[in-house]
Amino acid sequence: MIIMQFLILGAALFSLGVYGVLTRRNAVLVLLSVELMLAAVNINFVAFDRFLGDELAGGQVFALFIIAIAAAEVGIGLAIILLIYRNRHDANVDDLDLMKL
Amino acid sequence: MNSLLAHAAPLLLAAEDGGEHAETVLADGGVLASAAWLIPVVPMVMAFLIVFFGKRSPLKGWGMAVGAMGFVALYGTVLFGQALFGDSAVVYQGAVEIGDIGTTTADGHASLLHLEWGWLVDGLSSMMYFVVGVVGLFVFIYAKSYMKGDIRYTWFFASFTLFAGGMLVLVSAPNLIQLIVGWELVGVASYLLIGHYWEDQENSSAAIKAFLVNKVADVGLFIGAIMIGLSVGSFRFSDIMEVVAGGGGTTLATVAFWAGVALFIGAMGKSAQFPLHVWLPDAMAGPTPVSALMHAATMVTAGVFLIGRMFPFYNSPEYAEEMRWIIVIIGSLTLFLPGLIALVQDDIKKVLAYSTVSQLGYMMVAMGAGAYTAGLFHLFTHAFFKALLFLGAGSVIHAVHSNNMSDMGGLRKYMPWTFWTFLIGSASLAGIFPLAGFWSKDEILASLQYAGENYPVEAGGAALANVALVVAIVGAFVTAFYMTRAVSLTFFGSYKGHGEPLESPKMMTVPLVALAVGAVTAGWLNIPGVTSYFTDAVGKVLVPAGDHHAEAINFAIALSASLVGLLAIGLGYLLWYPDKETQQERDTFRIPVLYPLLVNKYYIDDFYMDVIVRPIRGPIARATDWFNGHVIDAVVNGVGFGTKALAKPIYAFDQRGLDGAINASAAGTAGTGTFLRMFQTGKVQQYAVMIFAGTVLLVAGLIIFGT
Repeated sequence: MIIMQFLILGAALFSLGVYGVLTRRNAVLVLLSVELMLAAVNINFVAFDRFLGDELAGGQVFALFIIAIAAAEVGIGLAIILLIYRNRHDANVDDLDLMKL
Repeated sequence: MNSLLAHAAPLLLAAEDGGEHAETVLADGGVLASAAWLIPVVPMVMAFLIVFFGKRSPLKGWGMAVGAMGFVALYGTVLFGQALFGDSAVVYQGAVEIGDIGTTTADGHASLLHLEWGWLVDGLSSMMYFVVGVVGLFVFIYAKSYMKGDIRYTWFFASFTLFAGGMLVLVSAPNLIQLIVGWELVGVASYLLIGHYWEDQENSSAAIKAFLVNKVADVGLFIGAIMIGLSVGSFRFSDIMEVVAGGGGTTLATVAFWAGVALFIGAMGKSAQFPLHVWLPDAMAGPTPVSALMHAATMVTAGVFLIGRMFPFYNSPEYAEEMRWIIVIIGSLTLFLPGLIALVQDDIKKVLAYSTVSQLGYMMVAMGAGAYTAGLFHLFTHAFFKALLFLGAGSVIHAVHSNNMSDMGGLRKYMPWTFWTFLIGSASLAGIFPLAGFWSKDEILASLQYAGENYPVEAGGAALANVALVVAIVGAFVTAFYMTRAVSLTFFGSYKGHGEPLESPKMMTVPLVALAVGAVTAGWLNIPGVTSYFTDAVGKVLVPAGDHHAEAINFAIALSASLVGLLAIGLGYLLWYPDKETQQERDTFRIPVLYPLLVNKYYIDDFYMDVIVRPIRGPIARATDWFNGHVIDAVVNGVGFGTKALAKPIYAFDQRGLDGAINASAAGTAGTGTFLRMFQTGKVQQYAVMIFAGTVLLVAGLIIFGT
């Protein structure tokens, strides 16, 4: 089993995620891209767990935690986006520059 | 001297000075005597209270002033009553030590001079407490109406109270130092009061003149006090009198003549003796109540009081008796020459002022002739009738709004109370039997006659006393003459002023009546051969004066003086007979040589101005001007230039150095802010780019440098 395949997949996925976060204008797609980055990290964790043969399976456990927290994060994130959309009829992140104030 | 001491009433002396001196207590002076320090303290404190609280008090300070004077009058009356009618002689001396001056007496022993504040209660000081208190009280009451509406009403009563208080400090002094303090307080207060209407240049000049003439004389007092204090080793009158009573051969005896002269020069200033009398007529610039108090009870009596206080010194052959002929000469000149000036004055207050000078001459001449009692007795009676005359004049001025007798006339009908009291005062001053002035003047004349027969110094002394007696009788003529003129021109004839003069309010006439009672009866305390209350009272001092006192009326003297007085009144009446048309014409009657001399006051003022003031003032003014222009200005300019020169680099440093640093730091902050602001866009994705770039940089760094 060659770990490199999984690392390359993870890196590719992560890069896709970063690209999505930096270029997508729609907040929902940004959130989706973040999920992609998290998934890439999970692949890395699981791959290293198998590769190193951790007896406590820490990589897998960490991956499970990340999935759970990502679910919660997406829940909150979508809720915020929904509220912003309701208020402003727009989910374009470029227009959301309230943080400047 | 010793026999006199033996005859003297037992002295009661209580020394209360913290046990410093061996107490020669014979009996307690009583609580009245031991609390008598209140007499000077109450008015002095009140003067300052009026300054601070007078304006807010309901009577604008008048009530406080009259309260203080009422207290003094009451206390003085009780003490003087004790001295007059009491059986025992109370001589009480209290003292609080303030400090010491280290010194060496002339015979080589180191000793300390004590500086003390204290109070004396004896016949002499009680008499003065009474006079200052009672006359002062009436004048203060009178002043309420007279000063009504004055812009500095409260201030007037503050300085007026200070004036009386200063006199009481002087009178109560048991030592020469305190006497000088009181002396100067009176001087300062008189300066304030004479210059009360300082808006007129003339009045403030009069105040300065009074102050300076007194200052010149004060130098004599200081020198005398220093000479006596150093040679005795104490400034206390009791110590000085002890030395004097102990006989000759002491250090004091060697300097006695000149010390006596020096003290007398001091007395000449305050008591306005010729030729230092010039300040007194000008002092009329003050409000009339001031003149009344100044000429009657306070200030001018200080010199006579000083001689009286030091009288044993002046009466002892081993001490200053030899210089008394100077007092007689000065006193005779004073009683005669200024009296003549009063004849040509149009200002009613000036007439009275010259009359005061003349009466002070009588007092001094009595002192010089060795008649302590006679001098003080005249002081006592004079205080009443002169205060009465001044207040009467004030009442007239109040009604007529002019000081000039050429604006008055015929006021007898308009102002009956003022007229009758003024008439009584004038008659008393002129020495008409049986008013107060008759008895006191008669006593002086009798003393002069006695001195002429028994003058103890030299053969010339007796002749001098006889001359003085003749001068004094002629002076009595002049006195009666000018008072007749003043009364005629003011109250008889026809009214020449404007408007309808009205009698003054009760507040003013009541003091007039009260003083008139004094002017009538004060003399009865000392009728030769009948009563001797006054003689006994003023004899109750530490060392009895040992003067001569007439035991019975000297009919020759009394008759001649009375005849002369009546003659003068008759002549005056004829000359200024109150018919309307000619009264004024007669007043302008001119005697060729005498009149210019009198109108110009013997050219004494001009003499002082031309011979003393100008020659000194000119060079001094030029010298100070030069000094001011060349030295003080140079210093000031130098400092100015130096400051300016120093300011330039400091300014540059401030502008460029300090401001530069501050501006640079501000600009730096602003620049940084401008730069950083570019990154705060609010765009979430840009932030994400930065985070990502940062992470990449970190990772790259770790890979490159980490290993």
